[in-house]
Amino acid sequence: MRAADRISRYSAQERANHWMVALLFVLAAASGLALFHPAFFFLSNFFGGGTWDRILHPFLGVLMFLSFLGLMVRFWSHNHYTPADRQWLRRFRDVLNNHDEGLDTGKYNAGQKTLFWVMVITTFLLLLSGIIIWQPWFAPYFPIALLRVAVVAHSLSAWVLIAGIFVHVYAAIWVKGTVRAMTRGDVSRAWAKKHHPAWYREISK
Amino acid sequence: MASQSLDITRRSATTTQPPDVRGAVPQVAKLIDISKCIGCKACQAACMEWNDYRDEIGTCNGTYNNPPDLDANQWTVMRFTEYEPEAGKLEWLIRKDGCMHCADPGCLTACPSPGAIVQYGNGIVDFHEEHCIGCGYCITGCPFNIPRLSKKEGKAYKCTLCSDRVAVGLEPACIKACPTGALVFGTKEDMTHHAEGRIADLKSRGHAQAALYDPQGVGGTHVMYVLPHGDKPEIYEGLPKDPGISAWVSVWKGVTKPILSLGLGVIALGGFIHYVTKGPNEADDEDAKEDEHEGR
Repeated sequence: MRAADRISRYSAQERANHWMVALLFVLAAASGLALFHPAFFFLSNFFGGGTWDRILHPFLGVLMFLSFLGLMVRFWSHNHYTPADRQWLRRFRDVLNNHDEGLDTGKYNAGQKTLFWVMVITTFLLLLSGIIIWQPWFAPYFPIALLRVAVVAHSLSAWVLIAGIFVHVYAAIWVKGTVRAMTRGDVSRAWAKKHHPAWYREISK
Repeated sequence: MASQSLDITRRSATTTQPPDVRGAVPQVAKLIDISKCIGCKACQAACMEWNDYRDEIGTCNGTYNNPPDLDANQWTVMRFTEYEPEAGKLEWLIRKDGCMHCADPGCLTACPSPGAIVQYGNGIVDFHEEHCIGCGYCITGCPFNIPRLSKKEGKAYKCTLCSDRVAVGLEPACIKACPTGALVFGTKEDMTHHAEGRIADLKSRGHAQAALYDPQGVGGTHVMYVLPHGDKPEIYEGLPKDPGISAWVSVWKGVTKPILSLGLGVIALGGFIHYVTKGPNEADDEDAKEDEHEGR
């Protein structure tokens, strides 16, 4: 396909920002999982051992939060729910079965929007609870009863975020042509028409 | 932290059986008889001497609590309380505070680093600081607020119950130093029996509520108190009445940990199965068809 025929979906800045968040997510998630279950403790070896894992994890998390703020601001306005999203959610089973015909999806579908808000909420919860349990800098200033709640909130938010990212990554593999949107910035006309027809109409005006 | 042991009942962040070849080892206990304690702090000094730590010299906070709190360099402290059981009567309560060596240790449950906390066959709960990563989860897990992170190197410390001395048949240093017999050490069975005699004596002398403090919420402890006011442990500088591992810690380290870990695996597998059964969602074929139709 000729390059001229392709539609720009993500600018270079958006892509750079996305991959910055993605990289920091992988590092924060791996170093965090190491502390969550003994089965994942081996992951701490990638960070220089348990102590380095503990030292680095909060800094990686804060960097992820800061770079995510950039994505959040860039994509916020595209992620408000519309009546078309209700239709998408109702036909979720069809979507899973690759029968997504007739859905008038905008730049993002209801699944993507839901993931966006899940990421916004969990990232903020992770930052807040993470600061509370951050040894040795902040944790000593909080009562132990609060540390207990924060550590559970941190684990649960992290799990929801990691599970969400699994779905996000799989959706990109499943819906062909999507990865290129975030690596090279463009999509085919057919991709736009099929998956995001309302967006396609809008940008074709 | 102490010498190598072959009698390890539990090991932090370890899902297989730790070395425990000898099997049944007698359970030990330290008994602290509050009614006999004169607050001389010989136990504090002996602890510093045997374990060879020295805290920075601090400042007096206007009480007899000196130093005022536990620290990475202070594994036991005397806590003094002026208590008025009734108007006009004063009792000076002195409690030696330190690790209780719970049978169900919250610190060990919370610890994410394999082998940083172990529980020996004799019941002693010990920190192995060379495996400690400094996350402070033990602080979160402990119902008695005992572990302290060192400001120097970020490792957690607490009373070892002199596991190194006990391993070679000696009593803990604090026991050896106590001049009044307020501290005694032996098997848990013997100490419980000894406490019964002390409690009977206290009851005969007007302390009707005298009781043994061996809280069952943590499975019992290997450091027990004889409390003259056994019905009100909290008057002894906040000794918890019914301690247990917090429900938050149990949720976090109990069901959550394995179920959520499994959940991530299930989601990843679900994606794979979806791909091989439903196949990818492709748009470009239709694109090609459309191009043909429009004769481009």
